[in-house]
Amino acid sequence: MSEQSDQDILLRIRGLRIEGMSGDSWQEIVHGVDLDLRKGEVLGLIGESGAGKSTIGLAAMGYARDGCRITGGEILFDGMDLAAAKDSEKRHLWGSRISYVAQSAAAAFNPAHRLIDQFTEAPVQHGLSDKATSEAEARELFTRLQLPDPDGIGQRYPHQVSGGQLQRAMTAMAMSCKPDLIIFDEPTTALDVTTQIEVLAAIRDAVEAFGTAAIYITHDLAVVAQMADRIMVLRHGNLVEEGETRSMLADPKETYTQNLLAVRSFKSAEMANPVGEEPLLRVDNVTAAYGKIPVLHGVSVDIHKKRTVAVVGESGSGKSTLARVITGLLPAASGAVSYNGEILPPNYRQRSKDQLRRMQMIYQMPDTALNPRQRIRDIIGRPVAFYLGLSGKQLEDRVRELLSLIELEPDDYIDRLSTELSGGQKQRICIARALAAEPQLIICDEVTSALDQLVAEEILKLLQRLQDELDLSYMFITHDLATVRAIADEVVVMLQGEVVEHGSKTEMFKPPHHDYTDLLLSSVPEMDPDWLDNLLAERAELAKQGRVLKAADH
Amino acid sequence: MNATLKLLASAPWSAKFGLVVIFGYAFIAIFAPVLTPYGETEIVGAEFELWGEEFILGTDSLGRDMLTRLIYGARNTIGIAFLTTGLAFLLGSVTGFLAAAISGWVDQLLSRIVDVLMAIPALIFGLLVLTIVGTSIVNMVLVIAVLESTRVFRLARAVAMGVVVMDYVEAARLRGEGLWWIMSREVLPNALPPLVAEFGLRFCFVFLFISALSFLGLGIQPPTADWGSMVRDNATLMTFGDITPLVPAAAIALLTVAVNFVVDWFLHKASGLKE
Repeated sequence: MSEQSDQDILLRIRGLRIEGMSGDSWQEIVHGVDLDLRKGEVLGLIGESGAGKSTIGLAAMGYARDGCRITGGEILFDGMDLAAAKDSEKRHLWGSRISYVAQSAAAAFNPAHRLIDQFTEAPVQHGLSDKATSEAEARELFTRLQLPDPDGIGQRYPHQVSGGQLQRAMTAMAMSCKPDLIIFDEPTTALDVTTQIEVLAAIRDAVEAFGTAAIYITHDLAVVAQMADRIMVLRHGNLVEEGETRSMLADPKETYTQNLLAVRSFKSAEMANPVGEEPLLRVDNVTAAYGKIPVLHGVSVDIHKKRTVAVVGESGSGKSTLARVITGLLPAASGAVSYNGEILPPNYRQRSKDQLRRMQMIYQMPDTALNPRQRIRDIIGRPVAFYLGLSGKQLEDRVRELLSLIELEPDDYIDRLSTELSGGQKQRICIARALAAEPQLIICDEVTSALDQLVAEEILKLLQRLQDELDLSYMFITHDLATVRAIADEVVVMLQGEVVEHGSKTEMFKPPHHDYTDLLLSSVPEMDPDWLDNLLAERAELAKQGRVLKAADH
Repeated sequence: MNATLKLLASAPWSAKFGLVVIFGYAFIAIFAPVLTPYGETEIVGAEFELWGEEFILGTDSLGRDMLTRLIYGARNTIGIAFLTTGLAFLLGSVTGFLAAAISGWVDQLLSRIVDVLMAIPALIFGLLVLTIVGTSIVNMVLVIAVLESTRVFRLARAVAMGVVVMDYVEAARLRGEGLWWIMSREVLPNALPPLVAEFGLRFCFVFLFISALSFLGLGIQPPTADWGSMVRDNATLMTFGDITPLVPAAAIALLTVAVNFVVDWFLHKASGLKE
């Protein structure tokens, strides 16, 4: 593929400009991007939110979503300019020669139809195949994508299969007409890390087998490293850097790319638990249930002073429920939560103001954690006034001090509404609100998972600095093991409402372990482009020895 | 102040028209004694005099000046409707927020009471209660306010339900904030736009309700001027081809349309804010 002859080019985009509606006026969001895609090549588009990667992905089909319009440039697909093409012409291409895999498969499937009917719709509609032939092809594709029971799964409705399976079924559907180009828009972002592996492997295998060209859009460089031949790094609607995957990873030219590559390198030094000291928080053999459905079964966790305990597990493992039990939002059915040796009332309503003050919480979604009608002054000022009784000048000074502590300029931010801030700034305000109560323990519930990677890392560094300065303890709930590696002293692994393993960070990142811990740890993508191959080979080897590491819903 | 002016300038013509009409009505209501040539209940001429120099809109069934009564009617009808709607909103939103914030049996109790009240047609229920407790302005205001508050309750509860599940409300609860603080500081500001829009609509319904009651003789009692009863008292003129009774009816219609224009605009703005 070194010679770039024009016959090989499937898609050529030149000077693409796209405008988006913001408020009442159009603003340019993609500023003249060029792109070439050869037949059978996989191109990775990467960037943080707002980089324009999804918009460019859709534009490659000649499509602009509502509130967007293509204002300039040409999009040549196999010699035809999609930017100028009529809708009727484009409809012939869509589904048959170009197809699209959306981030949320659950939202992209029609819940009222069986999978097989949705699969056969495109080939039959485009007159490429009849229903029986297409159904036979579906079964082949389902097998290729390693879906369980390929003969029967098509008869199910979308809600009857798991998220990972649905994403693969969607990939199969995209391939139903054997298209020349598939656009994958963050197909694994919504999946648990353990499920992601299977989907990545299946997609890569199918794309290779059929020689389909693909544009793979993601914010995760480690994921794109496994999938793409070539990578384009985008930022604010501009191209930052473009290159072959291996050479870019080995030698990134631009600072921004270097930062993206370094994103998972932040690591705090681990501190061992002090021997013989009473833990700050002790969760002792707690069980809890939502109504009659049990969620936690005898969970015990200790958190020591100035230490960070990471609670990891995939969705549904009960880690957020544990936080609700500790804060008293969901009173435990049995067992006890004690703080500094004193048993806390199970319900937060029975807890004293001081007990509430010492334990603060930071949420996953900073958007919903801040009242959109309040100014920063009031959001941070309220806990100060409420717990510490400050008012007037003293209150104002304290709020300013807290803003400086979280690295926001007080004069610029104190009178703003939370809706005028970016995601990372909002999360900083949430941290300031927690600090305003002068707590000893902060429960962080997936605090970085809604943020872009570079922003997330800044937040982690801030939390680490605050821990060192203010002697805080953290309970860090997360599904992201890179976060764990960055900040944890101790790790607790949860599965289906139970603690399956716990220990210090160093211990936890050294095998061997409980099967689930190994599965979880090994599933975190690494920047190495050979990582997926090596991992799959390793797992195959283990399977021969009778140890199967696979996600539960596979 | 500048922001308010800018907002007004950006309003569509329908909203501007609505605002002009509403301010016009308010002006007339406030300065009624200055604007009128005669007294509210003063008999100044013969019965049913025609439109002319002396009595611009003629006189009514007792010989009182129509224009004067129309202007005082604005004061009474709008003032009472405003008071009633305000009361209905106070009652409805406080109970609605309480139901959403406490939930459990409080929510059940309040919601079932509201269901029962809403099951009976409001006008018939209003007539029934007013016949029992006797017709007076205070009674009428209270009865209509309670009946209308059921609709406000439904809306306030639904909106507040969406707000109380937000993490910032949970954060306030975990801070140990009291119920009143959560309702007034966390829930109310976020539930306000739909409630304000509903206020405009409710105002129209209350207004029509009062006019209907007055027309039936159970509303605002004579000799107090009021548009509803003015339509009834002079309805006989219609049979002679005189359009005088339609004037107070038109005044009601115009205000209703104007309020709805403004509400539509506000709803549009409010839904835009949520994006």
